Amino acid sequence: MKVFEKIFKFNGGIQAKTKKNISTTSPIKQFGLPSKIILPLRQHIGKLAKLKVSVGDHVLKGQLIAEADGNVSAAIHAPTSGKVLSIEKQLIPHPSGLPDFCVEIEPDGKDKWVQIKPTNWKKIDLEKVNKLLLSSGIVGLGGAAFPTHLKLNHGKAENSLKTLIINAAECEPYITCDDMLMREKTNELILGIKLVHEILGVEESVIGIEDNKTVAINLLTKAIENEKNIFLKIVPTIYPSGDAKRLIYLLKGIKIPKSQRSSDYGIQMFNVATIIAIYRFLEFGEPSISRIVTITGNLRSPRNYEVLLGTPLKEIIDAAGGQVIKNNTFIMGGPMMGFKLPSINVPVTKAMNCIISSEPDMVEEKKPVLPCIRCARCAEACPVQLQPQELFWFSKSKQLEKAEEYNLFDCIECGCCSYVCPSNIPLVQYYRFAKSEIIEERQEQEQANIARERNEFRILRLEREKQERAERNALRREQSSNEDKTKLIEEKRKAIADALKRIEAGGEEQ
Amino acid sequence: MINLQSPFVQGSSSVSTIMLLVLLTLLPGLFLYIHFFGLGILLNVLIATITAIFAEFIILKIRKLPAKIFLTDYTAVVTAWLLALSIPSIAPWWITVLGTLFAIVVAKHFYGGIGSNLFNPAMIGYAILLISFPAVMTKWQNPSHINDMGLSLSIFLGGIDNYDAIASATPLDYLKTELLQGKNVSQIMNEPIAKLTQMQWVSFGFFIGGIILLLTKVITWHLPLTYLVTLFVIASIFHLIDPNQFAPFQFHLLNGGTMLAAFFIITDPVSGPTTPNGKIFFAILIATLVYVIRVFGGYPEGIAFAVIFANICVPLIDKLSQPKVFGHE
Repeated sequence: MKVFEKIFKFNGGIQAKTKKNISTTSPIKQFGLPSKIILPLRQHIGKLAKLKVSVGDHVLKGQLIAEADGNVSAAIHAPTSGKVLSIEKQLIPHPSGLPDFCVEIEPDGKDKWVQIKPTNWKKIDLEKVNKLLLSSGIVGLGGAAFPTHLKLNHGKAENSLKTLIINAAECEPYITCDDMLMREKTNELILGIKLVHEILGVEESVIGIEDNKTVAINLLTKAIENEKNIFLKIVPTIYPSGDAKRLIYLLKGIKIPKSQRSSDYGIQMFNVATIIAIYRFLEFGEPSISRIVTITGNLRSPRNYEVLLGTPLKEIIDAAGGQVIKNNTFIMGGPMMGFKLPSINVPVTKAMNCIISSEPDMVEEKKPVLPCIRCARCAEACPVQLQPQELFWFSKSKQLEKAEEYNLFDCIECGCCSYVCPSNIPLVQYYRFAKSEIIEERQEQEQANIARERNEFRILRLEREKQERAERNALRREQSSNEDKTKLIEEKRKAIADALKRIEAGGEEQ
Repeated sequence: MINLQSPFVQGSSSVSTIMLLVLLTLLPGLFLYIHFFGLGILLNVLIATITAIFAEFIILKIRKLPAKIFLTDYTAVVTAWLLALSIPSIAPWWITVLGTLFAIVVAKHFYGGIGSNLFNPAMIGYAILLISFPAVMTKWQNPSHINDMGLSLSIFLGGIDNYDAIASATPLDYLKTELLQGKNVSQIMNEPIAKLTQMQWVSFGFFIGGIILLLTKVITWHLPLTYLVTLFVIASIFHLIDPNQFAPFQFHLLNGGTMLAAFFIITDPVSGPTTPNGKIFFAILIATLVYVIRVFGGYPEGIAFAVIFANICVPLIDKLSQPKVFGHE
């Protein structure tokens, strides 16, 4: 079964405390119906979904609330049956802390499904599957929330897809939702892999999993015993092994540049939960209305919950025993790449894989930052083989061109450099700042270019008009013959003479 | 309050722990040094440490920097120790004080303090002393007089009058002068000064400390290994060409500051290169220069000058040795 065994190790990475056992001691719990549902219309990368309901409407579970607006967007469905209470801006789990459009639903408690039907996916072609998926609302559930239908294509014609990779690395500390899903829904996952495998028409499917998930590894090994084309490949627990390009390198030894996609190399990757969501949609017709969220960290009873999208986060935190410390800070995502939640009064979204109640040993803002001593530990840790100490220097001194020359935009912001820095320098923050400065500068430059082009065009136009006018006049002059001219002069003379006569006549009258 | 932005967790290493580990790993060499060459070494280390902390404190106050944070990074102490270990044990106190002051005030803080110095501060301090006071800086204690504590203390405190009683040349120095007087290498190697086993024990002590630095990942293999291998190769080639004129490799590896330099001096991160290939090139450059200065130059030991020269080349080395970014091959 195991055709290839070799693991291609990428440069650096870090081995942080995984803290995963905090939330793996109890099984996934169904959270059930919350008191209200708040559904943001943008839970994905791309355009806001187009609203299909209005206030006062009664909706059924699984009913379309908003449809994908164009291709780069995703649909939103009602997670339970109830009444649409409002459609207005509400606080959403986003680092900006800014509100966005949400549909609020009051559950009627019946949890009544809209009529759903399975797809006979074996009979239809990929294009049709894709169209269906556009209406499923499924996005990458690993946290990136990239619309899934965009990833389901054959790749470029000359380079058709050969490998399906299932990202089961879950490399960030604390997060265990994929691990628990693999333990509890092993068979569903394998069925899902087979389904996607067949739809994409790939030759092999490879599950990439970190070696710290022993329970899941054992279950999966057993489950794929008789599968010819599904392989399990165990990678060392080194963050960020779950980063798509790093995982592809670990498994296949292919280094995909920043500018290219894995499909250019015949590879497509899906997260464990996404595979199961695709399976449940095609096999049963269930759209994306719930997900597994790890609720962990400094809480009384941390665990994984299966939660309806739109459930107020506060209700789940209360269910997990509530806050140990009053007004503690919460992190969404992992501690390496996640962000500080503006508040816990936000709903669960498709991107919410993990919520961490911050722990005392987490980095404090007030910790003294020393100058860089050029120890290059950051460079040793960088999985992209950048020179973070140089990028830091260039970012700090605003030598943005230099920063770009040293491949600033290849930085994946994984945070390994900040993690290892003995001087406690928030390196990633410097890179984010430099990137945004460059992007802003470029946009300004573009605006300026447009303005300049407009101005140049205006000058050109004015000149052209002037020239045209001159040409027209010249033409007219040429056209009018000498005869005409004398006639014109005579007419004028006559007019003057008439006027004089009138004056004389007037004088007599006086 | 936690950080505003990710990452929210951090590894345990800090500049302080790194520097403390460097100091700890210097101890085996320091103990053997004291054991074989007397307490004069300890006096040097103590006076250098006190001077460095005092100078750093004053400068930090003048520059309005938080003294507690910057004093407890222990970089000043590391500079002091490295300089003190390079100064002869029978040097008077003001030599050490002067060198340390120059290292901390000029070589470190004039350039902007920790992280900004272009040159290895300890080596700048050493080079200034060597140029200014060559007579004191090239006379080392004869290990047979280690019991004469009173004598070394009086030298430390005062004059250089009764120097000759306890001073002698270092093996490197001895080889150089004897070769000039027409002796050949094999003759010289048989003489007791050249076979100074005490010196080799001290080198061994620094080697052990260096290995610990490698194992604890404070340093990587690139600098020490390349440095030692290059020195070994060059010395071996010259020795093969003319065994009567050029000492065998073990003489170069075990004498002078070779081991101290390999693991503790050329590994100074601030003034050294950051890329793996850059480190290799940097070490080759230093080893070559050390050999050239030792064998063909005017000084018996060339580490300080070699390091300072190589420091100048660091920006260029870094620029030219950038590793390939993931996916850019």
